[in-house]
Amino acid sequence: MDDGDLRLDGNAVGGLLGDVFGRETTTARGTCGSCGAVGEVATLVVYAHAPGTVLRCPACGAVLLRIVRDGERLWLDARGLRCLELRG
Amino acid sequence: MAGWAGHRAGQHVDVRLTAEDGYQAQRSYSIASAPEDERLALTVERLEDGEVSPFLVDELRAGDRFELRGPIGGYFVWEAGSGPLLLAAGGSGIVPLMAMLRHRAAAGSNEGARLLYSARSFDDVIYREELARLSAADGGPQVAYTLTRERPDGWTGYDRRVDGAMLTEAFGPADPAGTAFVCGPTRFVETVADALVGLGHDPGRVKTERFGPTGG
Repeated sequence: MDDGDLRLDGNAVGGLLGDVFGRETTTARGTCGSCGAVGEVATLVVYAHAPGTVLRCPACGAVLLRIVRDGERLWLDARGLRCLELRG
Repeated sequence: MAGWAGHRAGQHVDVRLTAEDGYQAQRSYSIASAPEDERLALTVERLEDGEVSPFLVDELRAGDRFELRGPIGGYFVWEAGSGPLLLAAGGSGIVPLMAMLRHRAAAGSNEGARLLYSARSFDDVIYREELARLSAADGGPQVAYTLTRERPDGWTGYDRRVDGAMLTEAFGPADPAGTAFVCGPTRFVETVADALVGLGHDPGRVKTERFGPTGG
């Protein structure tokens, strides 16, 4: 199995993101801090097979969000994301 | 189901199983039923080396309880009245698209609907009879199949992986009012989505959902 088989999209982590933000997040629009691309969270490239979940920009590949969960604790690293616009 | 507020066609749920020793496993499954249906239906493909799907398919009995979170997602959804549907399914990627076709029928929508469904063999095609019934109905969806590995004798459908020529035949010229929904394994989804954009479909109206190995 190579990288291509492990690549998912933001839809796949909608449940996890719902826990983090307390609302539907796959239709939120994120702005990449590296290239400025704007798009729905559902369209981000997701790698969810490691202990943590990584969301990358589909345009430039930069890491936008990293989420690690361990029991009751959850870490969110959003350094790569310039802005996240939640709706509704 | 306690606290279920209904769903939209194309959404999924997270199923969480907890073992007696507290070990938890969670997977996402697409909702197969239409919002209009009385019962919520999930379609689970049994993966031989899966951790969750063999339990759900082989062990789960009527009346058993498990945790369900959802409905999840607002991007890969279609509602009757929002324009023609172009659906491309790879394997069990048909499930959320089936919810859209069921919703379209239940809502009495006459918006165009075309489905191109890629499966390994005829036996691997899910919802075969229901799709035949839907497509035979007045105003029903146009359904085309491609079987990539094995074909029954006398097969008249496609017999190769989805490509631009097949998409052009199955979907017709790009319709600015239509939305394409592409669901299946990652490679299938990326190949089909790229081809559709190459054929002139608006990238903003080509919506994708990738199924990965975590679906087990």
